[in-house]
Amino acid sequence: MSIDTSTAARVAKLARIKVEDDALPALAAEFNNILGFIEQLNEVDVDGVEPMTSVTPQRLKRRVDVVSDGSQQQAVLKNSPDAREGFFAVPKVME
Amino acid sequence: MTDLNTLGLAEARDALRAGSTTSKELTAACLKAIEGAGALNAFVHHTPEIAMEQAAAADALIAEGDAPAMCGLPIGIKDLFCTKGVPSQAGSRILEGFLPEYESTVSGNLLGNGAVMLGKLNMDEFAMGSSNETSVYGNAINPWKVDERQLTPGGSSGGSAAAVAADLCLAATGTDTGGSIRQPAAFTGTVGIKPTYGRCSRWGVVAFASSLDQAGPMTKSVRDAAIMLETMCGYDPKDSTSADLAVPNFEALMTGDIRGKKIGLPKEYRMDGMHAEIDKLWADGADMLRDAGAEIVNISLPHTKYALPAYYVIAPAEASSNLARYDGVRYGHRATLDAGDGITEMYEKTRAEGFGPEVQRRVMIGTYVLSAGFYDAYYNRARRVRTLIKKDFEDVFAAGVDAILTPATPSSAFGLGEMTDVDPVQMYLNDVFTVTVNMAGLPGISVPVGLDSKGLPMGLQLIGRPWEEGDLLSSAYALEKAAGFVAKPTKWW
Repeated sequence: MSIDTSTAARVAKLARIKVEDDALPALAAEFNNILGFIEQLNEVDVDGVEPMTSVTPQRLKRRVDVVSDGSQQQAVLKNSPDAREGFFAVPKVME
Repeated sequence: MTDLNTLGLAEARDALRAGSTTSKELTAACLKAIEGAGALNAFVHHTPEIAMEQAAAADALIAEGDAPAMCGLPIGIKDLFCTKGVPSQAGSRILEGFLPEYESTVSGNLLGNGAVMLGKLNMDEFAMGSSNETSVYGNAINPWKVDERQLTPGGSSGGSAAAVAADLCLAATGTDTGGSIRQPAAFTGTVGIKPTYGRCSRWGVVAFASSLDQAGPMTKSVRDAAIMLETMCGYDPKDSTSADLAVPNFEALMTGDIRGKKIGLPKEYRMDGMHAEIDKLWADGADMLRDAGAEIVNISLPHTKYALPAYYVIAPAEASSNLARYDGVRYGHRATLDAGDGITEMYEKTRAEGFGPEVQRRVMIGTYVLSAGFYDAYYNRARRVRTLIKKDFEDVFAAGVDAILTPATPSSAFGLGEMTDVDPVQMYLNDVFTVTVNMAGLPGISVPVGLDSKGLPMGLQLIGRPWEEGDLLSSAYALEKAAGFVAKPTKWW
């Protein structure tokens, strides 16, 4: 698997990280290097092996379906770079 | 009298209980040591006022009698732990200015039991690194120095390791996703234990790779690790993977009697290019345990070689998902936007400015391996390999092996900047002996065992059965006693 600059650009877009065009070739090369290392996994026979979902055999606990926390608007907004009138403010999402 | 900041947790606890010192004196000694250690760049947020207040409260509690073990003991907290009202940046620019409104469960367990917080400790950005060179705060420096070079304290818990080794605090918290407690401990002549996955709550610890992350103590002795780990552990309903199991008295289980125990040496850990001195250290360690009455057996963990590549699928995949929350909306940094920029530009610019190169690289690798068309080939395959890695360990434990002895790192501490120009994969190899343990969710401890020919500390790792940290600490204590490692870095800072 070889990653070209257009794939690198697509991955950067999916990850929502701005990468300038002139940085894409180096990024693609880094990806190829790391993926080359990962390719070793193809040597392993994984037929019939279940993908791990939990490293310790445990069931997730259930709890009663009730509100257990809340009314913390100020605390929630406290660290926002832009909070106004009790809300998070962001640039226009729709035209 | 010895300087109080050079004490370990056990000695200081006993001195407090005997009334021969006070938490205020211990804390003041540490604060003074920290003040004089700016060159190490270990503490990156200082909280002396909080520390002295907590020390005064601890002294009052101790005077009443029956104070908990950690009461009055000054420690450092890795920057990855959210601490209420105190900067918690995970070593990243993207969390600049973030002041948590809550306390992580682990730091809360420590402070709630009277521990004194001296400040926050340097680390690789989002715990992604093995040399503390990806930190927004700049490098943490290893107090060990044998020539003109400045050495790495390891990573990601580099600040924690440097601070403990330099006696700036009695102990520190660390976190370990692929070796981030055990590798820095080995590089600095300190002890670090990563407990079984689920022992320590992850709630309030900035997430890197949720199926691998565990907190643990970094200390000056195995006994200290037992004391501090017990306080850090415990069931927490706020972390769905937290184990609802009783926490034993680890210190009491730590007898150091390993007669009749079976210790395995995995042949796959003898790697090409491994330093001869590390190889000899490993053999010496096995002899020490044999002399203490253990039976040494050769074992095989056949999938060892694939642990690191599988890790570099799973950890970035989980990181790309976890780090999606840094969007410039709810906390931390938001980029200055140009006229006409919409929400996508805000995300992209914020994350490009806020994340350093290694974090960006891993987030994008994770995005790629999870993307449509590659999910099965990379992510699911890595999860299958992970099942096999865990099974390797289950098989040897089922065959009666009590613990596994391995090197902790492929070399002793290297110079800062020496790995800058090599490709990232070379840096990843630092975790080759430790990452298997995270993949299998097992407890692992790094114990300082000797100095290399340059005079730098080297450590060995012991790996235990799940939930049997007490037994593991006992084996580690036996190794510590036999090795008799007492060297300290010569103060140059």
